[in-house]
Amino acid sequence: MRYSALSILRNGFARQLGWTSAWRFPKPKAHYDVIIVGGGGHGLATAHYLAKEHGITNVAVLEKGYIGSGNVGRNTTIIRSNYLLPGNNPFYELSLKLWEGLEQDLNFNAMVSQRGVINLFHTDAQRDAYIRRGNAMRLHGVDAELLDRAKVQSMMPFMDFDNARFPIKGGLMQRRGGTVRHDAVAWGYARAADKRGVDIIQDCEVTGIRRENGRVVGVDTSQGFIGCNKLGLAAAGNSSRVAEMADLKLPIESHVLQAFVSEGLKPFLDTVVVYGAGHFYISQSDKGGLVFGGDIDGYNSYAQRGNLAIVEHVAEAGIAMIPALSRVRYLRSWGGVMDMSMDGSPIIDRTPIDNLYLNAGWCYGGFKATPASGFCFAHLLARGEPHPTTTAMRLDRFERGYAIDERGYGPQPNLH
Amino acid sequence: MASLITCPHCGQRPKEEFAIKGAALARPAPDAPQGEWYDYVFLRTNPRGRYEEYWHHVSGCRRWLVVTRDTASHAVEDCRDAAERAPT
Ligand SMILES: Cc1cc2nc3c(=O)[nH]c(=O)nc-3n(C[C@H](O)[C@H](O)[C@H](O)COP(=O)(O)OP(=O)(O)OC[C@H]3O[C@@H](n4cnc5c(N)ncnc54)[C@H](O)[C@@H]3O)c2cc1C
Ligand SMILES: [Zn+2]
Repeated sequence: MRYSALSILRNGFARQLGWTSAWRFPKPKAHYDVIIVGGGGHGLATAHYLAKEHGITNVAVLEKGYIGSGNVGRNTTIIRSNYLLPGNNPFYELSLKLWEGLEQDLNFNAMVSQRGVINLFHTDAQRDAYIRRGNAMRLHGVDAELLDRAKVQSMMPFMDFDNARFPIKGGLMQRRGGTVRHDAVAWGYARAADKRGVDIIQDCEVTGIRRENGRVVGVDTSQGFIGCNKLGLAAAGNSSRVAEMADLKLPIESHVLQAFVSEGLKPFLDTVVVYGAGHFYISQSDKGGLVFGGDIDGYNSYAQRGNLAIVEHVAEAGIAMIPALSRVRYLRSWGGVMDMSMDGSPIIDRTPIDNLYLNAGWCYGGFKATPASGFCFAHLLARGEPHPTTTAMRLDRFERGYAIDERGYGPQPNLH
Repeated sequence: MASLITCPHCGQRPKEEFAIKGAALARPAPDAPQGEWYDYVFLRTNPRGRYEEYWHHVSGCRRWLVVTRDTASHAVEDCRDAAERAPT
């Protein structure tokens, strides 16, 4: 069923009984052209673009829980393309362009809201670094705007501009950045892929990767063996565990990141703001809750929950930036397990096994990448060669000395 | 994770006193082949379960420790001085 104003009217007059399920719940077939492991945003987007851009529809997405139960439904929903390095920037800009047309493409309201993203700076050195980043963005054709203190103050007078340690001296703004309703992204891609014939199989955990003569022939799952010609891994925080089934050791550690929502407030903050001092970022959802987060907990973890020390740390950073937050109560907090790579940048590449493909290492920034990640991974799966925007995101880049290290921290995943 | 960690030198101390460095891997010999160094610096087994990692008791004795911890339950099994660690 196509969603439209007319369909809402028609069903409104028919006591809302005409709505049908947004996707099917099929039993797995014996064999698929392509199997994708992981029904998160990236896996579902890959299936959609495989069907839409490459006409490959005999595809299954295998998800061990329910779709949206992973990071795609746990993130703080920020999208942006304000990257510095040439290996990253064109890819994230492609993603932002895809976000801009996503709702029409999927016929699904993902609440894409280009409310702007501002990164604050507190010192002259930080300002210079942001000027450099802004210039790099503009050279790539991406919008970037430097705001001085007065401008930021006129937009958000409630921030602590004269904090003794971290005075706010301005910010770098990308107006086309913003937020997207994260669950709707999973649902929208699932519905669109399903409509083109993709089987989305939930409650189906991949437990083994079967190989014959050095090629993948299929996967063992909690619903039995399923054969395939090509296998794509998009298991986010569980990438290492899935890759291990094919004897691959990845340049990845799994870490937990927490997110928080406050009680609902009246409209207060109409953009996304990132504190330059304590890695704190905040926006306000349409329901009124403040959505915010900070640093990762800093230790390897497969538990989707974090520690109180970070809860406190994030609150402190938030109050340093917006003192009024001290009066606001936390409503909920949760954690997600992310695949932190050795340079903080992702991997979309072939593997040493001929028909096994890898999409991993998204760290805490993979939500904004969802459309482009799906688009480029589908390209790789269909054509066997990387999309032009992902030629730097190779699995063997560390061995060759071509890390894409935006922050310059080196191979220390808990610092990226 | 447990809020209290038993440092072999300082006894039970709050977790916040420690900084976690990450995987406690055995360092290859300086002249080991490139491949071995690549593996050591960049690749991780990243297990779900028992894991050995280097912790620094920053706000205590300032010794480097090896903590054995479960990455799914976060339970801490063991904590000893890095110098006493059996060579692997
Ligand atoms: C708290 C938090 C905040 C974040 N904030 C942002 C943000 O503001 N902006 C941004 O860009 N990014 C953000 N991220 C990062 C982003 O959410 C992730 O990088 C991205 O969602 C990962 O891709 P995915 O959606 O495919 O992952 P997931 O949704 O995690 O999908 C992976 C799926 O694989 C499944 N799976 C794993 N193993 C198996 C198996 N063996 N068999 C079958 N299925 C399996 C999992 O169940 C899961 O559903 C945040 C992450 C967290 C945790
Ligand atoms: Zn000590």
